[in-house]
Amino acid sequence: MIPAAFDYQRASTLDEAVGLLSANGEDAKLLAGGHSLLPLMRLRLATPALLIDIGRIRELSYVRDEGDRVAIGALTRHRDLEISEALRAHVPILAHVAAQVGDPQVRHRGTIGGSISHGDPASDLPAACLALGATFRAVGPKGERTIAAGDFFRGFLETALAADEVLTEISVPKMDGAGWSFQKFNRRAQDWAIVGVAAVTGANPGVALVNMGMTPLRATAVEEALASGASGAEAASHAADGLDPPSDLNASADYRRHLARVLVRRALEEAAA
Amino acid sequence: MKVSVRVNGVGHEHEVEPRTLLVHYLRDVVGLTGTNIGCDTSSCGACTVLIGGESVKSCTVLAVQADGADITTIEGLADGDRLHPVQEAFREHHALQCGYCTPGMVMAAVSLLAENPDPTEAEVREGLEGNLCRCTGYHNIVKAILAAARVPAESAAS
Ligand SMILES: Cc1cc2nc3c(=O)[nH]c(=O)nc-3n(C[C@H](O)[C@H](O)[C@H](O)COP(=O)(O)OP(=O)(O)OC[C@H]3O[C@@H](n4cnc5c(N)ncnc54)[C@H](O)[C@@H]3O)c2cc1C
Ligand code: FES
Ligand code: FES
Repeated sequence: MIPAAFDYQRASTLDEAVGLLSANGEDAKLLAGGHSLLPLMRLRLATPALLIDIGRIRELSYVRDEGDRVAIGALTRHRDLEISEALRAHVPILAHVAAQVGDPQVRHRGTIGGSISHGDPASDLPAACLALGATFRAVGPKGERTIAAGDFFRGFLETALAADEVLTEISVPKMDGAGWSFQKFNRRAQDWAIVGVAAVTGANPGVALVNMGMTPLRATAVEEALASGASGAEAASHAADGLDPPSDLNASADYRRHLARVLVRRALEEAAA
Repeated sequence: MKVSVRVNGVGHEHEVEPRTLLVHYLRDVVGLTGTNIGCDTSSCGACTVLIGGESVKSCTVLAVQADGADITTIEGLADGDRLHPVQEAFREHHALQCGYCTPGMVMAAVSLLAENPDPTEAEVREGLEGNLCRCTGYHNIVKAILAAARVPAESAAS
């Protein structure tokens, strides 16, 4: 299907994007890789009046080594994360997770900033960012601010970004050889995770879940159990504590709870190996 | 909105609505109907073309997003009567039945081999994740792509 009609403007700099966003308010949407937004528009589940194409803002596509962290421009494509030497060396979980997103065609277009801003609980990169304790930088008409990944995802497809803010950078701590694992459970090639788990051990441990609620989320009960000295298997048994996962064609909520416990155990085992 | 692209080496310039999908632009405006549409959900890959040498699903790209781009469609692969090595391998290994998925499969394979010239069978299967075939069971498609990867570089050039 063809999307409903809209106006289209191309921003060639970040300033221009922020200007266009604040001039056009809630009716405007940013277009990055378009691989979440265009499918929704084709089904007419989204009908923005104006698309502001930020896909060509070169200054927002980079992976930079910054000492004890790696900084990633919001417009960096999944494919570029997958093959980034800096990520492979210092934040291998992120390069690995990027390579699990969708299929090659999707990874040639989709961006990390789009994936995070969309706030889809079924998406992979937000969980990796949560497990890593990433921080996000957003720029709006009043300037810039930094938001911790843990404070970013607010509700179903809802984030802490204001309507006139652009996500510009994702900053992740280097893993310094810490163990990690990403478990993506699905039944068919190309599919989204039915449930997924990102786990990082070491000095800054974190465990996060894909598709276990309204947002990408941290497995807080697991993290607390690990912090108080529980074994991986014991901690994993808390993977679904307090969570209210969806029931859909792929899985019931109960089955998702079961998967979360099994996958967290596997993730912690793999990360420790 | 004006769009100016090169398709298979030929320049085109047209006025299009912003909501025009690249696949519709290629088929209905440029008149290259080799690129197929197989779904409404960005899943099947029948519409795969190359932008700057990389595979994309042209049903999930706006024509205006491709402004200024270098696009290759299935029509642009052969050199006159001489098939591209991937096309030749598909023919040789019976990698198609109805042929509907084939243009997209071939374009995905060309992009895959550009990124990974000597893939394992598993890498070929993973590299085709974005392309669905309802007929072949994939087996001969994978065989064909592995065979195309083994064609010496000189005969693959031009
Ligand atoms: C067939 C298919 C399979 C897929 N499979 C998976 C999968 O397995 N796992 C997975 O995680 N994802 C999957 N995806 C989604 C893919 O990862 C998208 O690329 C990603 O979710 C969105 O990135 P984008 O750049 O395409 O964003 P867009 O679609 O351009 O934008 C998405 C939303 O974010 C907003 N936005 C974009 N960039 C910014 C920014 N810098 N600042 C503020 N707001 C912004 C837009 O306004 C829009 O609301 C799949 C997509 C397809 C089509
Ligand atoms: S037509 Fe099916 S993915 Fe484009
Ligand atoms: S040959 Fe018929 S869909 Fe692939």
